[in-house]
Amino acid sequence: MKILVCISKSPDTTSKIAFTEGNTKFDENGVQYIVNPYDEWYALVRACELQETQGAHVTTITVGTATDDPIIRKALAIGANDAVRINSEARDAYFVAAQIADYAKNNGYDLVLTGKETIDYNGSQVGGMIAELMDAPFVSLATRLEVNGNTVSLDREIAGGLEEVEASLPLVVSCAKGMAEQRIPNMRGIMAARTKPLNLIDPISATELTQFASYELPPAKSACVMLSTDEMDKLVELLHSEAKVI
Amino acid sequence: MSVLVYVDSFSGKISKNQFEAVYYGSKIGSVTVITAGNTSDDVLAKLGTHGASKVLRDSSITTFDAQQITRLIANAATELGAKTIVISHDITGKSVAPRLSARLKAGFASGATALPNGDQVRVNVFSGKAMALVNLKTEIKVISVLPNSLKPQANGDSCGVENYNGNAGAAGITVKAVKKPEGAIPLPEAELVVSAGRGLKGPENWGIVTDLAEALGAATACSRPVSDIGWRPHHEHVGQTGVAIRPNLYIAAGISGAIQHLAGVNGSKTIVVINTDAEAPFFKAADYGVIGDAFEVLPKLTEAVKKFKAAH
Ligand SMILES: Cc1cc2nc3c(=O)[nH]c(=O)nc-3n(C[C@H](O)[C@H](O)[C@H](O)COP(=O)(O)OP(=O)(O)OC[C@H]3O[C@@H](n4cnc5c(N)ncnc54)[C@H](O)[C@@H]3O)c2cc1C
Repeated sequence: MKILVCISKSPDTTSKIAFTEGNTKFDENGVQYIVNPYDEWYALVRACELQETQGAHVTTITVGTATDDPIIRKALAIGANDAVRINSEARDAYFVAAQIADYAKNNGYDLVLTGKETIDYNGSQVGGMIAELMDAPFVSLATRLEVNGNTVSLDREIAGGLEEVEASLPLVVSCAKGMAEQRIPNMRGIMAARTKPLNLIDPISATELTQFASYELPPAKSACVMLSTDEMDKLVELLHSEAKVI
Repeated sequence: MSVLVYVDSFSGKISKNQFEAVYYGSKIGSVTVITAGNTSDDVLAKLGTHGASKVLRDSSITTFDAQQITRLIANAATELGAKTIVISHDITGKSVAPRLSARLKAGFASGATALPNGDQVRVNVFSGKAMALVNLKTEIKVISVLPNSLKPQANGDSCGVENYNGNAGAAGITVKAVKKPEGAIPLPEAELVVSAGRGLKGPENWGIVTDLAEALGAATACSRPVSDIGWRPHHEHVGQTGVAIRPNLYIAAGISGAIQHLAGVNGSKTIVVINTDAEAPFFKAADYGVIGDAFEVLPKLTEAVKKFKAAH
């Protein structure tokens, strides 16, 4: 089995969010990039488990520039066999999905895993788009994934619960919490990652369907109204008459 | 302009966020609703009250498969000449809308928080720490609407319901079983949420949280460590790496208010924080704060809510 895991960078969760050039660009000044947590903790670790238990070959794929190489090396340190970087800016979700779907189809990948969303653009877009472009089924927000020959058994989130589903390969899955446990790369993994293949591939042409025009920060909160522990009736009254939420 | 709205009705009921999507669509143009499953005419006709002029139902599809639903919507959109397709940004929408965008080569705004302005749609980014305007550069557009982003108003009559064959092909996914706890309010759609963190000290203490939630008719949530150690189920984990929510009321007890937690809840209309530590960062993001012990404050608040409910 060949598994392709989509790895995206995202700003460290403690990053200060600010914008430059008249609020049209994310201010990268001082921002540390990490592997998007959903890609790393769930999609990649589950793929590595299938490598260990079923001999799957795990490749990571990233659409990005050389500045993404450190996070790709981290993914290799966690246990992927090799990595591919499509050498281009990630211009929009469709552009990224078109690159990954093309690579997956032409290189015989059975299972494509993504995180449920990135923590910067939060679009949950790429996984579904890849599936459509591969004409493959898509299971989103999966919390369990078992492969048995050509059959895949999964749990997926539904409103207020879980659904157990089955599908056959090829398949695209977006991974959510529960699928696997976060792993910290060990020294051996970090050393091995330095010499694992990171293949550069030229992008195919694909049009962008969207463009982020401008950004804005939310308005500052007004001061908090403090109440004592004996004023719960008053709190309920304020929630009713002032905040109008109950 | 012709607008197509996909409504998920497999449960036989129409949830609030589906009405929101229909209402959103009706502010853009004339809405046809497309749905799958066997929901009754009576139930579907009510979508007319939020602006649908007609509902098309494909009863040949009985379980959810994103690929099949995408074909259904795309075929209907092509047949009707719909230029804008609207879906709720719920679990279903998150898997269907991107497929649809790729299938129709249509620009996609994921999680819209306001009506479009020309080709521009407002969305949240950076886990709610910022907003952005996204340009949809194509003639056909797909918009998924973030639940609780607008207040829909009922302003029309019921509408007609027609059976429809969308030629959606076979499903690639088979549903084997559904595991749904009875009576629980799904978190992403909840208007009121009671949440607790490590300050509650252990899972055996959650009774005071669920009591308040029950008195209010609220859903329950928790911080990440609480679900990581298994005190509460994963689907209750809110924050940057959990569920992002924007209820009308978010009550947080024994949660410090770390930046990653705030990212998932700061879209809430009103935030109440209960914490023993006056320096807890959560107070900076709160509308109402109580410095005190959750074990004392939560039961008192529950009593106050019950008293209020009895009087109203
Ligand atoms: C990459 C990354 C992603 C993350 N994503 C998330 C996320 O999505 N969601 C999330 O929640 N966290 C997330 N975290 C973790 C986050 O940084 C915090 O560690 C976490 O939110 C803290 O949880 P807590 O507030 O329950 O616990 P603590 O930080 O331990 O805080 C407990 C609070 O309870 C108060 N308290 C104690 N006793 C009482 C009492 N009797 N009554 C009232 N108050 C009391 C204390 O004063 C304290 O403020 C993430 C971290 C990282 C690094």
